[in-house]
Amino acid sequence: MASVQTFYLPHFPSNPIYIALFKDVSNASFLRQQLLDANTEFDYAFLDATMILSSTHLLAALFRTLNDSLHNRLKSRTIHSEIVFSLSPNNNIAEAFRRFGISATTNSLIAVKISMSPPSPSNPLSIESVQSHLTRVVQGTQMVFSDETLLGLTDLERLRKVYKLDSGKVGGGGAGKKGRNGKEESVVNGMNGFEDEVDGRLEMESVILGIMALKGS
Amino acid sequence: MTYAPAPAPTAEPAPQTHPTLTLPAPFATSPDPPSLLTQGAEAIIYKISFLTPSTSCALKYRPPKPYRHPTLDKRLTKARLLAEARVLVKCRREGVRVPAVLAADWEAGWVGLEWVEGGTVRGVLDGWVHREEKEGAEGEGGKEKEMLDLMMRVGRAVGRMHEIGVCHGDLTTSNLMLRPFKKGKAKREEKDSTRDTVAPTQSSREAVRAQLAAGKGTVSAERETAMTAESTAPAPAPVTQDTQEGREKEDTAGSPTLAGDIVLIDFGLATQSSHDEDRAVDLYVLERAFAATHPAAEPLFREVLRCYGESYKGARVVLKRLEEVRMRGRKRSMLG
Repeated sequence: MASVQTFYLPHFPSNPIYIALFKDVSNASFLRQQLLDANTEFDYAFLDATMILSSTHLLAALFRTLNDSLHNRLKSRTIHSEIVFSLSPNNNIAEAFRRFGISATTNSLIAVKISMSPPSPSNPLSIESVQSHLTRVVQGTQMVFSDETLLGLTDLERLRKVYKLDSGKVGGGGAGKKGRNGKEESVVNGMNGFEDEVDGRLEMESVILGIMALKGS
Repeated sequence: MTYAPAPAPTAEPAPQTHPTLTLPAPFATSPDPPSLLTQGAEAIIYKISFLTPSTSCALKYRPPKPYRHPTLDKRLTKARLLAEARVLVKCRREGVRVPAVLAADWEAGWVGLEWVEGGTVRGVLDGWVHREEKEGAEGEGGKEKEMLDLMMRVGRAVGRMHEIGVCHGDLTTSNLMLRPFKKGKAKREEKDSTRDTVAPTQSSREAVRAQLAAGKGTVSAERETAMTAESTAPAPAPVTQDTQEGREKEDTAGSPTLAGDIVLIDFGLATQSSHDEDRAVDLYVLERAFAATHPAAEPLFREVLRCYGESYKGARVVLKRLEEVRMRGRKRSMLG
């Protein structure tokens, strides 16, 4: 079974980031309620996995969160709520939670926890503690957090809408929308579908990263 | 649990690449030292790793200018940085090939840009002029054709940018990059060249076939290796392999390949404008850059203009305007 994964962003070596991905989550409303009640045991960023395009997408949001936290300019209450806010294209915190956070109907869930200090025997936060707590409270199937898994989960249409990507020529994707190469749709035996989808996603990702980076300017 | 403002990462200070200048946090104390790439009047470019240890990023940092009033300095830095970043995002949205904005901090004065592989068009031109001189007038026709094809792509790239209402402001051959196709993108090369009515080369076809046989895009596979959990150590394996293979390809060809995408860089002076005047000045500056390389580059620039003229509605008017600009130079006369 897949387990919690630890990530380190370059330039933030003392902030291990624990990420777990769950499918078929059945107690989303319970988890959401814990956040609303500000239950300190549930100090996570719970994200709707269908709104995460790729690992880069999430890591970019984490980078912005850690950088803003380093400069002491978080806009929301905790570092974990700031992750949800960082994903949003605008400055409305409530809207950010509605779009990217966990809802009562969330099926696929990404749980993120940032540690503010490196792992050590004295640090109560560790990959084991996060894993055991999540296993206890989340009812669902744990998956590997990877681009591969996200490929099957992302709601491209909704992402495109939320980031307002319809106007341009961004992101062909698998939906058959006209991508950057839309004009010369010369499908060679229909075999480059997969590559076109990967290309479309990468293109979309680039624009989304830019939108996230410039948020609040 | 409360989160106090994070202390600066406690890792040992990195060896400074630039002794007199400290980078803003978090890059100043990073154990992963940035390497200085180039320095201009306003900004310094570093190469850093970003998001994963194996992803490169160009960090464009605008250090504070000590001779300016701090408040004014902050405002100018912020305004210029954001103007550039916004233009880049706009280009990206509209499908113009420019480096993507990966992150930005306008208070600290830096913006992280996507790393663009390859060299500048200026380098290609210099190499071409050099060869031309060595081989004399009877240079092989194949290379000539490839050069003209490259010029066509330059003309189109500039045309696309102008079409969406962006003027570059400093369009020189050094600000045009030629990015070789990734292995996984070989098919685009094929598509492009079919459209350009140049027969696709055998090698590119083979690359496509190999790519399809491999089943999955190298891009995603590569990223996956890069983002495997617990990856504190860099995973450079796929990258080195890639560059090595690229080099081998170049060696067999005898000279660097001219295939690739034209990527426009350095939008520090860019404006969102659709005035014919600004567009014509862009072309004029580019023309001067070509002329500065070598008189022999002139027929090449004619090809750039030809393709520019066909690239979007309104391009013809700009070419007319260019003739006017040529007569008087870049600056508009304020007399009479």
